[in-house]
Amino acid sequence: MADIKIDKIAKTFGNARALDEITLDIADGEFIALLGPSGCGKTTLLRIIAGLETRSAGRVIIGGRDISDTPTRARGLAMVFQNYAVFPHMTVYENVAFGLRMQKADEARIKAQVARAAELLHIEPYLERYPAKLSGGQRQRVAVARALAVEPPVLLMDEPLSNLDALLRLEMRAELKAVLREAGTTTIYVTHDQTEAMGLADRIAVMHGGRIVQIDKPTAVYSRPKTTFVGGFVGSPPMNFLPVTAASGAIDLDGLSLAAPRPEGNLLAGIRAEDFALSHSGEGLAFDVMVAEPLGSHTLLTGRSHGQMLRVVAPPNGDYPADTRLGLKPDPNRIVWMDAASGEALRQETAA
Amino acid sequence: MTTVRSRLLPYLLLAPSVAFLAALFLVPLIQTITLSFSEDGVPSLANYTRMVSDLNFGLAVRNTFLLVLTVVPIQIVMALAMAMMLQKLPRGRDVVLWIWTIPLGISDLAAGLVWLAILQDRGYLNSALYGLGLIDGPTAWLTYETPVALFFGVLVAEVWRATAIVLVILFAGLQLIPKEYKEAAEVFGARPWTTFVRITLPLLKPSLQTALILRTVLAFEVFAVVYAIGGTNFPVLVGEAYNWQRNYQNTGVAAAYAMLIVAISLGATVVFLWALRTKPEQQA
Ligand SMILES: Nc1ncnc2c1ncn2[C@@H]1O[C@H](COP(=O)(O)OP(=O)(O)OP(=O)(O)O)[C@@H](O)[C@H]1O
Ligand SMILES: [Mg+2]
Repeated sequence: MADIKIDKIAKTFGNARALDEITLDIADGEFIALLGPSGCGKTTLLRIIAGLETRSAGRVIIGGRDISDTPTRARGLAMVFQNYAVFPHMTVYENVAFGLRMQKADEARIKAQVARAAELLHIEPYLERYPAKLSGGQRQRVAVARALAVEPPVLLMDEPLSNLDALLRLEMRAELKAVLREAGTTTIYVTHDQTEAMGLADRIAVMHGGRIVQIDKPTAVYSRPKTTFVGGFVGSPPMNFLPVTAASGAIDLDGLSLAAPRPEGNLLAGIRAEDFALSHSGEGLAFDVMVAEPLGSHTLLTGRSHGQMLRVVAPPNGDYPADTRLGLKPDPNRIVWMDAASGEALRQETAA
Repeated sequence: MTTVRSRLLPYLLLAPSVAFLAALFLVPLIQTITLSFSEDGVPSLANYTRMVSDLNFGLAVRNTFLLVLTVVPIQIVMALAMAMMLQKLPRGRDVVLWIWTIPLGISDLAAGLVWLAILQDRGYLNSALYGLGLIDGPTAWLTYETPVALFFGVLVAEVWRATAIVLVILFAGLQLIPKEYKEAAEVFGARPWTTFVRITLPLLKPSLQTALILRTVLAFEVFAVVYAIGGTNFPVLVGEAYNWQRNYQNTGVAAAYAMLIVAISLGATVVFLWALRTKPEQQA
């Protein structure tokens, strides 16, 4: 059992607060993606879990054992470092074998495990080379292979695929997911690529300014963001936030009436780009197209509605010259209502 | 045009220092070589024969090698340990390093005299031991009859005097190693000693090489400390060269000694360059 309990972990560097009481429960075998903008504390959190950084407060419990003060080597985890940390004086083979050698594994097992990890990450041709003769992406894969080879109960990965080309990344992503699921590895995966987080994770923890602002299933984080930050950070394009005013329990959008979650007051309607129905006759919210980007599977329209910038997904084959006026009808069940002042989602009425 | 100039530029910039070295190093070296291989202006090996057949020659060779082979390893191990400890200090590194390097600022003759004051018949060590009742009276350690004590005296003085230069080189080298390598080793289960042997030492190889070459070459030239402490009771190679030049007025044999020291130093350098070479692909 390698469930992880992170209990009110805080970290300050001098006066700067890098982590602010992070609490996170991760089930055995679960795959958690830590998603957040640069500098939000993802690496710091991983390093504290690994015991490479001292914490200012809180506890880390793995498999029911409080390991907050256990030395790194006895924590039973493996890690892929953000800057790889592949040993320059060892061949790729020896790098991948390093963890097993430290466990005093016998030569046959080392050979088998290295071969397996190397195959998975497509680095077999380089096994006898030294890291200096590898590209950044190849080195990064060596770092991942080194971590996988020990088959750790807990795996911490800090942006492990950031340096790969799009195709390879897609492929590695799928293979990683399959391997880790099969092995039942509890994984914390740091990334600021939200598609990667959505595709891989059982749950996504979105971090912002040293806190976890939301932790949920990928679909829930995507369609039910708890704050405007999450809605804007997760998903491409980011969620639209339309400022509206409720009066007597209803909201009027250019003649389209929506039931308001609050009788009165200023609200933000969070609406994903694909949650609009388009009407060419101009019914609904007035929207003037500024730019149309044909993306193959759909066309992404960027335009204005009463001065507010909106992004809208349209069918792929339509023609949308600039200044076309369209009517937008948002799907009322998929609107996320947020308080205009705080930027936080209102408590959700159960969606129909 | 520009390419020719940019290709020549480095050489032009190096030229003054090369000329300087040639004038002040190469010319005397060639002079010494000719001097050592000639007798009364005629080419001859007489100087070398005289050097080798001298009574003190064997002693000087033995003493010098004995000193180098004990002092240098002790200094490397001590400096490594000190550098590792220094790195672990959360603060105050500069102060500790500064204190540890004080002996570097003292000339070797002065250092020898300091240790002479400690170790001689009526020195501090004798007084202390006598005060503690461990000896019956002043004991002479630095004489011809007590070669072992004399050797240890010289050894201690040399270690005290010149370990800091190794420390400075190794400490600088340690700080060049990114901490992620050690962290990665730790994550994958390496104990501190394993990390030191498998990660730190190999990555420190270039600095170790520099320190070893520098210290060994300088150790073969050991002289002032030995003469301050032991006088002529402990013959070493440079001391013999000095003797032949000063006391016997025989520049030819002195030159032969000088050539021997150059040859030994070059040999040691080549050995270290080869034994501790870092293949280009293994560089960090
Ligand atoms: N050793 C340190 N000393 C002082 N401040 C630090 C240190 N390490 C990190 N920080 C600060 O802590 C905050 C979080 O850093 P961290 O490296 O965890 O960010 P991150 O989320 O991993 O970012 P990225 O996505 O760019 O890797 C940053 O503001 C950073 O400046
Ligand atoms: Mg980071």
